[in-house]
Amino acid sequence: MMGEEKKKKKGGAIWWERVRPYVMVGPCMIFLAVFTVYPVLNMIYLSFFDYNLLTEKKYIGLKNYERLFFVNVDFWNAVKNTAIYTLSVVILLIFFALVFALWLQKSTVLNSIAQRIIFLPHICAMLSVAMVFQWMMDEKGLLNMVLEFFRLPALRWLNSSATALLSVIVVNVWKNIGYYALILMSSLKAIPAEINEAAELDDAKPLSKFFKITLPMLSPQVFFLLVTITISSFKVFESVRVLTGGGPGDSTQVLVYYIYRYAMTNLKFGYASAAGTFLLAVVLILTVVYFRLPGKRVHYQ
Amino acid sequence: MRRYQVKKILTGSVSGILKVMLCLFFAFPFYWMIITSLKSYMESIRYPPTLWPKELTLEGYLTVFRGLDVGMYLKNSVIIIICIIMMQVVIMVPAAYGFARYSFKGSGLLFGIVTIAFMVPSQVTFVSVYIMFSRMRLMRTLLPQILPFGANAFGIFLLRQTFKQVPDELIESARLDDAGEIKIMMEIMIPMAKSTFVTVALLSFISHWNAYFWPLVMTTTESVKPFTLCIDKLKDLDYGLVWPTIMAGNVILVLPVLVLFLFGSKRIISAMAYRGMK
Repeated sequence: MMGEEKKKKKGGAIWWERVRPYVMVGPCMIFLAVFTVYPVLNMIYLSFFDYNLLTEKKYIGLKNYERLFFVNVDFWNAVKNTAIYTLSVVILLIFFALVFALWLQKSTVLNSIAQRIIFLPHICAMLSVAMVFQWMMDEKGLLNMVLEFFRLPALRWLNSSATALLSVIVVNVWKNIGYYALILMSSLKAIPAEINEAAELDDAKPLSKFFKITLPMLSPQVFFLLVTITISSFKVFESVRVLTGGGPGDSTQVLVYYIYRYAMTNLKFGYASAAGTFLLAVVLILTVVYFRLPGKRVHYQ
Repeated sequence: MRRYQVKKILTGSVSGILKVMLCLFFAFPFYWMIITSLKSYMESIRYPPTLWPKELTLEGYLTVFRGLDVGMYLKNSVIIIICIIMMQVVIMVPAAYGFARYSFKGSGLLFGIVTIAFMVPSQVTFVSVYIMFSRMRLMRTLLPQILPFGANAFGIFLLRQTFKQVPDELIESARLDDAGEIKIMMEIMIPMAKSTFVTVALLSFISHWNAYFWPLVMTTTESVKPFTLCIDKLKDLDYGLVWPTIMAGNVILVLPVLVLFLFGSKRIISAMAYRGMK
């Protein structure tokens, strides 16, 4: 990198050459240290304390974790709801994303319009999406009118603990489907044309072509979606807060809502930190799984 | 052969009709939001609901502006977003440049930290950040909503990529002309990265305009709340839910994003797809 002229410069200049990159990335690293690294470490530290911001914090060892895992049943309820939510969203999103990506991949006018329209909800505020769905899911709302039209029994959607979580799932799938379909579409475009042509020359049936060529070629991307959707589902909050507030009962109580409630409403920062550490561990494990596994199991070109 | 063609046309048109229905399915909630916002309260609670209002009224919008200090919340949102974007430029450009053009001891480790930071959800960090800001007595300012977003890991990825693509010869020849490093950055790198800046700014705008969780946990006083939280309050404005008012607020919230999407859908889509591919 260093030109002839630079070598002639004095020691000060060489010293500056060495330090310069650190000066450039320094501010960024300081920000990350203060607002990401420190908060994470501090949260783990706080999870061993009883702390409410107003009084002095008190070291209580593993008590918070004990309460979290063995005493308070509401934590496992939140984990259970989060798991059901995550599993459903992962399956629905990947399935529909695959269907839409394959269906809308050819570049025609209608397809590009459809791609844009199904993508649009993804960049709109979840707050607005959740509110319009809350309105449509009203007991005297539009969706029940549609059900009535088809002579189906009206649902209580968000007001019944049997359907509330399902309603939250529907809203999240509707909002994000376009985004994941888009990701799959851009990797479909990356499949070399020769492979598809070869399959067509062999007169392969569409279905067998899908399972033998498209799916294996897409598998790294599908696997990526699996991990990303799982991580983002574990963080579900906004839709729950707007649509149900965790209710009815605690049928839509999810992990982040749980952390939020204990921290911001009950001011139990130590306890909330223990739950937060659990969430972090889940995200971390999933991330590690993602970086470790694909080389072995998933096909790469 | 003819039967094959007939079959092809048939499946093509069925698929076309289904695609139109798909579009309707995804566009309808937006239509419903707008239409409801233009209904009178009495009409909005009628069952079955009317698909097209008998009379159009701006009642909902007027209630929003009368009931809440919309200007203040909008001002907060705008200030927050402008500050975030400016700060990101100042912090991210040198960092991305450093990572892209220099090899230095520890660069791998530091970039690794950036990557990991990308993974840590804000739902994990908010407890500590909240405690930090309230200890510093900054909860009555906009800073808790601005400072934590100074280093945007995705933006660094994107900019680094762009800086790496600048041909080496261009820089070497500038060096031979005795251009300083700062001059190279300002006169070669930044113009080359213009389009990436626009993309990063667009994505920052969208995500901070829509932000809900972070402002919710980081604001304790009304005067620092952004526009999303004002829309959230529309539910409590009256007794019971007055949907035309609520939807009117949400139309205002969605409108800027809709307009941006109308003009920059290609850019937004490709940036989002890139983020997905990372």
